[in-house]
Amino acid sequence: MIHFENVGLRYGMGPEILRDLTFDIPKRSFQFLTGPSGAGKTTLLRLLFMSLKPTRGLIRTFGRDVNTIPPGELPMLRRRIGIVFQDFRLLDHLTTYENVALPLRVRGKDEITYKTDVLELLKWVGLGDRINVLPPVLSGGEKQRAAIARALIDRPEVLLADEPTGNVDPPMARRLLNLFLELNRLGTAVVIATHDLGLMDQVEARRMILTGGHLDIYE
Amino acid sequence: MRVRPMGPIVPPTNIQSNALAVVIAIMAFLACLTLGGVSMVRATAASWQSQISREITIQIKPDDKLDMNAALTKARDIALSFVGTRDGQIMDDAATSRLLEPWLGPNLNLDELPVPRLVVITIDEQNPPDFEAMRAMLKDEIPQASLDDHRTWVDRLVSMAHTTVLIGLSIMTLVFSAMILTVIFATRGALAGNRHIVEVLHFVGAEASFVGREFQKHFLKISLKGSAAGSLLAAGLFAGLGFWQSRSLATPQSDQAAALFGTFSVGYGGYLGIFATMLIIALLTTITARLTVMRTIHEIDQIRSDPARTDILPD
Repeated sequence: MIHFENVGLRYGMGPEILRDLTFDIPKRSFQFLTGPSGAGKTTLLRLLFMSLKPTRGLIRTFGRDVNTIPPGELPMLRRRIGIVFQDFRLLDHLTTYENVALPLRVRGKDEITYKTDVLELLKWVGLGDRINVLPPVLSGGEKQRAAIARALIDRPEVLLADEPTGNVDPPMARRLLNLFLELNRLGTAVVIATHDLGLMDQVEARRMILTGGHLDIYE
Repeated sequence: MRVRPMGPIVPPTNIQSNALAVVIAIMAFLACLTLGGVSMVRATAASWQSQISREITIQIKPDDKLDMNAALTKARDIALSFVGTRDGQIMDDAATSRLLEPWLGPNLNLDELPVPRLVVITIDEQNPPDFEAMRAMLKDEIPQASLDDHRTWVDRLVSMAHTTVLIGLSIMTLVFSAMILTVIFATRGALAGNRHIVEVLHFVGAEASFVGREFQKHFLKISLKGSAAGSLLAAGLFAGLGFWQSRSLATPQSDQAAALFGTFSVGYGGYLGIFATMLIIALLTTITARLTVMRTIHEIDQIRSDPARTDILPD
């Protein structure tokens, strides 16, 4: 589904942040991306999300070389990827419900077709009673769950999550992990960038460990 | 739990959009004021020109051998025999006395003074008579007669009117240029505060045209609100001043204002211009908003090719 081959990335004239990355994100796979702070996890997620191009090497996403995809085609490809940003990126003037429904709204779908799905998902992530609340009123954990729900709402083929359990308590983290696993069982490939060893220990999954720009993979 | 009706993707009001509406209203007011002013100057200049070129004057100097009354009648008949003349009026003794009163005082006896006499001929402005032929014929028939077709004055007035209109148009061009630049920069400033919305929409899979359309709708509303307020205020000002002038005809204040500015009426053309200005401003804001959003998306996409520019992306 996503293929990296000898990928390297540097910012400007600086040193390479990521070096010689070669790996695949197969369909229906589940993996954790981990490593010390500053190792380049967020940068790697950006490469996976096509918001960055590699300085060298080849990245093929859904069979397309990302270096040659015209900007006009990127939105269509991004619709197949769900992303949970570390800083959530919720729109403060929209309610929790509207934020979660946003990906469907920009696809031109009618509200009647997705209203029940959005409400169910919000209930599942524990925000059933916060649907009409604006993000500034939500706690950090609630914002995180809203951001996760927004990434999941259109059942993406790949889910990229940057520290998705960073602001929630262990029971909620477990619940969110179950949500990711459920999504994975339904066919979505999941990549979770995390520091949380406890979270990783709960699931037998591939671990991708970034250290000093190098990637080691433990199946 | 009930879900509130879907809110707009772009926040309806914030400080930037309110400030933009005020800037647009002020610029629309100034632009419409200039437009109305130029339209007034043009109308006044045209009216001066028309008033002075509507008449010609035949002057007959007194002569011992000349029967003045017969010469005046003959001069009027000669003038009226030309195609393009409409009416002829001999200035009688009373009218001539009134004309000379400021210099020679009241109760003037014209028989005691060799005062030239005048015949005023009204002409068709669209189809004026052949002045040279008329002048030659008058000279032949009445050697003491001379024809003044007011060309010197008309030419001076036309030149002055053209200069005035040109100055007005230059000021209007400057005001419109300032308006365009102000509206563009104010729109871009207002959009800068919404960059995060463009980014989020882009990253959740919105196409550039969708994002452009959402912002376009939003800024069209703001600009219509602002430009309508400014334009209506300017139109109201002209209508109010026109009304005041029509209600206070022949008063010293009104006469003074009319002498300075002409009539305050801008006419249908002027109001149409004000309406067009309002639409131009609305269109300009909308196009600027769309182009700025497109450029923002282009910048986000450019960062893909130049990772060193990720400074504008949050970590």
